[in-house]
Amino acid sequence: MSVKTRTLVLLTPLVLFLLLAIFLFKGLFSDPTKLDSALIGREVPSFELPDLYQPDVTHNQEIVGGRPMLINVWATWCPTCYAEHTFLNQLLAEEDVYIIGLNYKDDSRGAAVRWLQDLGDPYAINLFDFTGLLALDLGVYGAPETFVVDAEGIIRYRHVGDLNERVWRTEVGPVYYRAMQESGLEIPEHRMELVE
Amino acid sequence: MSSRFVTTLLAVSIFSFMLGMNAWADNEFYEFETAAQERQFNTLAGELRCPKCQNQTIADSDAPLAQDMRERVYQMIMEGKSNAEIIDFMKVRYGDFVHYRPPINKSTLILWLAPLAVIIIGALAVWFNVRHQRSASAELTPEEEARMDEMFAKTDKAEERDK
Repeated sequence: MSVKTRTLVLLTPLVLFLLLAIFLFKGLFSDPTKLDSALIGREVPSFELPDLYQPDVTHNQEIVGGRPMLINVWATWCPTCYAEHTFLNQLLAEEDVYIIGLNYKDDSRGAAVRWLQDLGDPYAINLFDFTGLLALDLGVYGAPETFVVDAEGIIRYRHVGDLNERVWRTEVGPVYYRAMQESGLEIPEHRMELVE
Repeated sequence: MSSRFVTTLLAVSIFSFMLGMNAWADNEFYEFETAAQERQFNTLAGELRCPKCQNQTIADSDAPLAQDMRERVYQMIMEGKSNAEIIDFMKVRYGDFVHYRPPINKSTLILWLAPLAVIIIGALAVWFNVRHQRSASAELTPEEEARMDEMFAKTDKAEERDK
């Protein structure tokens, strides 16, 4: 074996080790709780759920679609949802964003209604998913989660964690407003930059 | 401390430990029609990952989501669904991640091939080394041969002296 091949062979483990080290080092900064949704590009699954305020009124998948919207999964036991709530109110007040609220396995109907009365209700429709039936079909594994659904009822995006100005500007807002643009709906002046 | 007290304490702690192990068996009791259904349930609950707790199967985890998933698995078994159908159902919702056996595809290929590659590389290295040593020992230079003769001669002399 010439000296050159010998050096090459001896260096191989070092190179492999360095590659592994880089790979593992990058892994330190990846977030294992961020799972890709398998539902992107699919229709919102069919469901039948009671209204949060009126137990005898039921909603089904026909309330989804017709216009771009958000489906926001929340619960009163979820502290992050509390932090997120102010921003949702702001989305409704300032940008008229259409949000369907999916109350996910809450402690009680009363607690959820009280929460909305105290903090304001940013939701156009409120679904009460006490058993987590629709949430399971949506692949929800925590709260809050937000889905962007287009006018055809197709899921475009799923965000795990709370919505806030940064997330809205960089991730969720652009998807929502692009869907709005496709349906020929108006976009607020100060959010035009998100679709440009 | 009397020995009876110690025994009681030990029994109580072991008993409470056993209670803990059966935490979800207590408030969830699934009734199956056949032993095959029960086996199917146990297999699936041991193979599906709880997306909330991530390193636990849904059989292991006491998270509300794991309870829901067990309930759904149970319902589907009672409807006569096959293992593949139930796993696909979960994969559509939670992605491949939900199944503890990763499928072979582009992003997981390295997981399946890397161990094989390590074995092949290792075997090649051993084979190469052994062959190298053999060929090296087979050919002695004249100087090496002279040195060896010298050494043999020395040991022979030493042995004769010892006799």
